[in-house]
Amino acid sequence: MSEEKTHIVPYKTQVIVLFVLLILTGITVAVTRLEFGALNTLIAMLVAGIKATIVLAWYMHLKYEKRLLPMLVAGVVILFLLVLFVTFFDYSYR
Amino acid sequence: MESPTKPISYLDYKGEYKGILGWIFSTDHKRVGLLYLYTMLAFFSVGAILGLLMKIQLIAPGYTIMGPQTYNSLFTLHGIIMIFIIVVPGLPAVFGNFFLPIMIGAKDVAFPRINLLSWWLYAVGILIVLTSQFMGDGPPDTGWTFYAPYSFQTATNVLPAVFGAFVMGFSSILTGINFVVTIHRMRAPGMTWFKMPLFPWTLYGTAWIQILATPVIGITLLLIIAERTLGIGFFDPALGGDPILYQHLFWIYSHPAVYIMILPAMGVISEIIPVFSKKTIFGYKAIVLSTMAIAFVGYFVWGHHMFTSGMSGRALFAFSFLTFLVAIPSAIKVFNWVSTMHKGSLDLQTPFYWAVSFLFVFMIGGLTGLVLGSLATNVHLHDTHFVVAHFHFIVFGGTGFAFMGAVHYWFPKMFGRMYDANWANLGWGIFFIGFLALYLPMFYLGIMGMPRRYYDYLPEFHGGNIFSSLGAIVLIAGLMIIFINLVRSARHGTKISEKNPWGGTTLEWQVDTPPTLENFEEIPTITGKPYDYN
Amino acid sequence: MIEHRDDQGAKLGMWLFIFTELLLFGMLFVVYAVYRSMHPEAFRIAGEELDVTLGTINTVILLISSMTAAMSITAIQKGNKKLCLQLLGITILIAVIFLVNKYFEWGAKFEYGFYPGSPELHELGYGTILFFGLYFFMTGVHALHIIIGIGLFIYVALQVKKDKIHQTDHVWLENTGLYWHLVDLIWIFLFPLFYLIH
Repeated sequence: MSEEKTHIVPYKTQVIVLFVLLILTGITVAVTRLEFGALNTLIAMLVAGIKATIVLAWYMHLKYEKRLLPMLVAGVVILFLLVLFVTFFDYSYR
Repeated sequence: MESPTKPISYLDYKGEYKGILGWIFSTDHKRVGLLYLYTMLAFFSVGAILGLLMKIQLIAPGYTIMGPQTYNSLFTLHGIIMIFIIVVPGLPAVFGNFFLPIMIGAKDVAFPRINLLSWWLYAVGILIVLTSQFMGDGPPDTGWTFYAPYSFQTATNVLPAVFGAFVMGFSSILTGINFVVTIHRMRAPGMTWFKMPLFPWTLYGTAWIQILATPVIGITLLLIIAERTLGIGFFDPALGGDPILYQHLFWIYSHPAVYIMILPAMGVISEIIPVFSKKTIFGYKAIVLSTMAIAFVGYFVWGHHMFTSGMSGRALFAFSFLTFLVAIPSAIKVFNWVSTMHKGSLDLQTPFYWAVSFLFVFMIGGLTGLVLGSLATNVHLHDTHFVVAHFHFIVFGGTGFAFMGAVHYWFPKMFGRMYDANWANLGWGIFFIGFLALYLPMFYLGIMGMPRRYYDYLPEFHGGNIFSSLGAIVLIAGLMIIFINLVRSARHGTKISEKNPWGGTTLEWQVDTPPTLENFEEIPTITGKPYDYN
Repeated sequence: MIEHRDDQGAKLGMWLFIFTELLLFGMLFVVYAVYRSMHPEAFRIAGEELDVTLGTINTVILLISSMTAAMSITAIQKGNKKLCLQLLGITILIAVIFLVNKYFEWGAKFEYGFYPGSPELHELGYGTILFFGLYFFMTGVHALHIIIGIGLFIYVALQVKKDKIHQTDHVWLENTGLYWHLVDLIWIFLFPLFYLIH
């Protein structure tokens, strides 16, 4: 039942992805030493989000899948963020 | 291979194991479904007897047959059995397993071995829960909600009960994964999404909730275990923890879990009503979309269980608003069902009786839900018998009636035998009367202020409680008639081999009775819509 | 009995399982967010107790293991069994090193008396108790997933060796890879939230 040929990711792409991830790790550690106040956490989460997206897209092959899976993953992330948001309806206003 | 002439029924098939082993090691989705059915019937009987004992205790104020500690552990066990063992796996595990593949034209679920594994996890979970009743410090007395901080302060055996529920959560997740993949990948050629029958559609919505909500209870129960064994302090005010956060986490699962219970019930009703009205279902797409809407919005209403626990005012308002929102798609469905019956040629048989009585009790349950969803009335009614009546109308009246309807609807297909319709109808009548007598007085008692979860009450509540307790006895009598009739008929009922005794239009009525091992000798190609009576 | 193979279906099943794991950890992140919003200062001070160097090393090697796991799939798709096994070996080795680092890290905390329910910890105030409770619980659950991952990789490597997993049938390897990347994903968020609080 193989409707489509599986995509083979070249080794080179995978090494490049690793380097990007390592650079981003370096950035997030370096940013900790700077003083941005509350922005620090935001930057850290933003960098982590970018790293996660890269892992999902390349290492977890979402880039090469049909549309269904990326949509489901996005849906789950949105669901989680909504739960977090609704929970803070309570904690932000106590 | 089997004999080339006639394919063999799944009931007669002899695999590599014989006797009971041929069942508990069978990966056939139909046998797994029946395994769940038998397990559930056994524990449902236990849960019902526990309920009856509680009602007998409440027939008069003060000590009748048990003291407070026994009463506390009885309602805990009653809750754990009825919620985690019966209604959460309930319809998907029994009728989903049995009929989902047949209704979408597949030979089995996507992962048959994982399907069997999920029954085993379920069985192991049950055994672990049961150990909590017999070990050292006495049965748990927390209620099925395991609220912090009491759940890590009480000396009773909370650990095995919590761990057992955790293991059953795994089973539920695996069933959910199996169903989603089955529906995505294994529909018969030509069966597009909007040609799929409604029971599979509701199972699809349910399966997503099982996947996306069950992990929440998983981690919450693990946190309770860690709290009890290591004293981390997450929910312990003495260590800075917030007990209300436990309630948030618990209800983030347990409210969607209510939809795990009720969505497949709505699916069953959507199957039964067109068949016995001999009419196409009214508003197929509206039912599908409202199913998915309930699954989604139902994820964000958990806070309405916590209106009096000290949440912020804005959270109260948001949750109350969302609760009213989720009532809309449920109401749409009720309109659809009633409209389907309108001008149909009604065929008054046992499954139809269950379906119509479902509509009645489900409406009462749903409308009283709105009473509880409003902030002002909730404060008055919170933790009273009004709540108990409301959720029994939804969970027992909704899911339970649909379950009974499903059993009577699909029984001939599953067993190749017919039950005695007169006894079945009599059982339904007695059960229905008992049900109303048992739960309707509780609304009144709740409004008057009788709190739930107490073994005792003030003398002015005596009248209502006598009525309610007698109702419980009537209900149990009806239940016994139904069960005895079904068990007898499964073994000795008149044999039928007719493929379509009710005149249904979905695929399960086009396969042999009882279904053959592989359901279909040839996978059918679907051209028309389901429920086509023209 | 009924034999059919559906790699797309198997992969979809694995993704659904990954969703459950995401929500499982997700709820722990909710707990974290709630308590950090209550005690921001205490979380910052407690976060400085953690060893950033060790945390960074673990982040880096886990990322490398993600790459070797992804590469092992490319290797099997190209029919290079030997390279595939070597890459799996490296992945398992890195996973073990991660756990060893973790062991020393936790050990150091225990020596200071920082462990759940310790009397020293209880004197330090609510924020610190909750921070270390979350730290041990979340990294503990994560470490449990690493251990399960090691078991899965050993099983998969044996299957590759026995040619049960090969060029045209490698969905088990792919799914194990997906699981491993999930473990990495979680760590990508755990690392800044515990070690790099500012």
